[in-house]
Amino acid sequence: MNRYLLFLIARRCGSGLLTLLIVSAVVFFVTSLLPGDAAQMVLGQSATPETVAALRQQMGLDQPLLLRYLHWLGGLLHGDFGTSFASHLPVAQLVAQRMPATFELAAITTLVSVPLALLIGLAAAMKRGSLFDRGLMLGTMAVVAVPEFLVATIAVIVFAVKLHWVPAMSLGTPALNFASYLQTYALPVLTLCCVLVAQMARMTRSALINQMDSPYLEMTLLKGVSPLRAMLRHALPNAVGPIANAISLSLSYLFGGVIIIESIFSYPGLASQLVDAVSNRDLPVVQLCVMLFAGCYLLLLLLADILTLAFNPKWRS
Amino acid sequence: MSKFRKAFTSVNPALTQAITDVAISRRGMMKLLSAGAVMSTGLIGFPELGFAAEAPVKGGKLRAAVANASATDTLDPAKGSNSGDYCRQFMFYSGLTELDKNLAAQPALAESVESSDGITWQIKLRPGVTFHDGKSLTADDVIWSLSRHKDPAVASTAITQAKQFSSLTAVSPTEVTLVLTQPNFDIPVVLATSQFLILQKNTTDFSKAIGTGPFVLQKFTPGVSTVGTKNPHYWKPGLPHLDEVELMGVTDQAARVNALMSGDVNLVATISANDVKRLRQSGQFGVLESKSGMYTNLIVRTDIRPGSNEDFVLGMKYLQPREMMVKTVMQGFGQVGNDTPVPPWHPLFNKEIPQRPLDVEKAAFHFKKAGMAGATAEIITTQNIEGSVEGGQLIQQFGHAAGMNFKVRRVPYDGYWSTHWMKDPVGYGSINPRATVDLLLSQFYLSDAPNNESGWKNAQFDQLVVAARGERDQAKRKQMYGDMQQMIYDHSGTLIPTFISSLDGHSNKVRGLEAWPSGLMMGYRFHEFAWLAA
Repeated sequence: MNRYLLFLIARRCGSGLLTLLIVSAVVFFVTSLLPGDAAQMVLGQSATPETVAALRQQMGLDQPLLLRYLHWLGGLLHGDFGTSFASHLPVAQLVAQRMPATFELAAITTLVSVPLALLIGLAAAMKRGSLFDRGLMLGTMAVVAVPEFLVATIAVIVFAVKLHWVPAMSLGTPALNFASYLQTYALPVLTLCCVLVAQMARMTRSALINQMDSPYLEMTLLKGVSPLRAMLRHALPNAVGPIANAISLSLSYLFGGVIIIESIFSYPGLASQLVDAVSNRDLPVVQLCVMLFAGCYLLLLLLADILTLAFNPKWRS
Repeated sequence: MSKFRKAFTSVNPALTQAITDVAISRRGMMKLLSAGAVMSTGLIGFPELGFAAEAPVKGGKLRAAVANASATDTLDPAKGSNSGDYCRQFMFYSGLTELDKNLAAQPALAESVESSDGITWQIKLRPGVTFHDGKSLTADDVIWSLSRHKDPAVASTAITQAKQFSSLTAVSPTEVTLVLTQPNFDIPVVLATSQFLILQKNTTDFSKAIGTGPFVLQKFTPGVSTVGTKNPHYWKPGLPHLDEVELMGVTDQAARVNALMSGDVNLVATISANDVKRLRQSGQFGVLESKSGMYTNLIVRTDIRPGSNEDFVLGMKYLQPREMMVKTVMQGFGQVGNDTPVPPWHPLFNKEIPQRPLDVEKAAFHFKKAGMAGATAEIITTQNIEGSVEGGQLIQQFGHAAGMNFKVRRVPYDGYWSTHWMKDPVGYGSINPRATVDLLLSQFYLSDAPNNESGWKNAQFDQLVVAARGERDQAKRKQMYGDMQQMIYDHSGTLIPTFISSLDGHSNKVRGLEAWPSGLMMGYRFHEFAWLAA
């Protein structure tokens, strides 16, 4: 099993690198198709032909597109991610400023949403077909169907503006104590959970129900194992594959897709940095952000596959 | 320019209150306008409104949110491109001069800026001013700060103004001679703009912001926030009142207002007319309405069809639903414009020019004369230019009655300035206030200006622009600017239907604020004068 696993990981890493390369090329050339370039964006209304030309030369934008891409790729191989057009700071430094915030939000949301989703899925599967089950599934569907900006805005108006329980901005300033830390993250995490939990809970439920319908589980129940134990000890390990995949797909959203949350809560994460970089035509930053998102996505999928394999009885022997 | 006033009585809370409270009632408007008229003569000081001014409370931390947050946020005055940058830079640097609430230049780092011919300017520096790092301000710093804008490699947003600096020489460590390429009596005002804030000579790292301004930089994270603490050696005794200011960037308008209402911040820039209602209802917040020279304009290129026909342009001018726009789109927080870039409250505004009404019949007459009856024309609009989408749609509606078939095309704001602005035959633009009328005319109306929005060319106008710069006599100057407004009104392809007031919201705890026409949040300098009530 171990050899197969290692082989799989190696193959996945190889294809992952290839995917990243293709993604970088596509992003580079598509972004270059956007109207205007970084020099024009920086100068805006006060651009004059000579200042635009001078800036273009400083940024290297006067060189052919393909050459610029190869140059960027060459730098990447040496661990040099380039310099931001907009702020003249190393891109690695800019992205490193925002990365902890994004990972922190992703980690806290994961810690809250995954157990919650598993619990809801488990409970619903055990009470399958009951009013409780239908209520839970309908509830999670309803929550995911409401757009997140609406959930976020209403949450801010109720909990921050009216009740003053939590701040309206989650600026990522170091919290003074645990309570204020909780307050800062309460609303963004709540909103993100609304988006994520439904998908994961439904997947958990159906994967478990699949297992419950199988003959071996019927056998365990007939042998007198309690339903809870049958579920946790026998059904759950066999349902890990689909659940892990659903979770990894949902969580990958936390890296690139939280722009609305970031702008509503003024949270300084990578998603808003990417959007800002695109509107500034700040290609080096766009490239690194997209590479990071794509990398995280591939990593999560790989983790899900490894988990599936690790829990697969066929490979366990 | 006048000598330095002895005390910095720059803040009059009672007046602020009056401006804020009466902003919507017509009688209040009249009161303020007449007060403005008295002020602009310069004979009488600001009228006391009979309230006892509160004594400012010292100390405290104020958190303010501006609407701009981007990786392009900068502490380099040459690169400042939005109100967020201007606010940030005025925190840490001072200029040679500064604008007061009447848009007049007052001495700042310079004790005096004087010239007899408008070409050679003697700049005497204020003695005893030190930078945040303890170094004293000298003529070399001033020369370096001003002349760097001329280098295209600096990519300064003020390169056009800097080009008129022919030479800068140090007469002594505290005196600089500035020689211009041609006379310009607006120089004291030009020097008050944020681009010409004074830096230390040979600054290369702008992230430290070592200036002579009211605050000392503690932390600067582009796109997130800027923190400054009180400069104890600030050259204006007794200012600033606050111990600390944090300037945050919050791009989402609803998020800004929510942050104010939840108490996370004390002051927010750029709110919408709808927010004003919401803030006033709660009773704990005030609104600062600054009448400004900001406008959204409809640009009809006069060098291509259909704008090359002057009757088409005239037809378009009669098709502007100006009052309707002010009442509905801006909910009263704006003023009707008359197609000239000078706002009605401005001292140089030409009152003699009749206000162009919405007149569908006249428009139809001109379209017909242009041979365009029943023709189709396209108007380019974009979401983020205030009033452009609504303006386009209203023109479309009235256009039917005037026998024209207008198509309104909405394009993405992203990349608008480089792909659409000044390139479409008929499209919208948006212009931020400039410190002087000359700056506006030089940048957007001169025949050879790079941003001659409508491509309008008029040699007589060009001569007047240059002549007005060198005219010292105020009455003659006003006459010249009045004539130029008439020319623009008659012939230019740039239509200015309305002027937009900037609206800022603040908690009632923030005192000392007043609306200045030089820019939002007290001409970007609220941090110097504001204080927090206990």
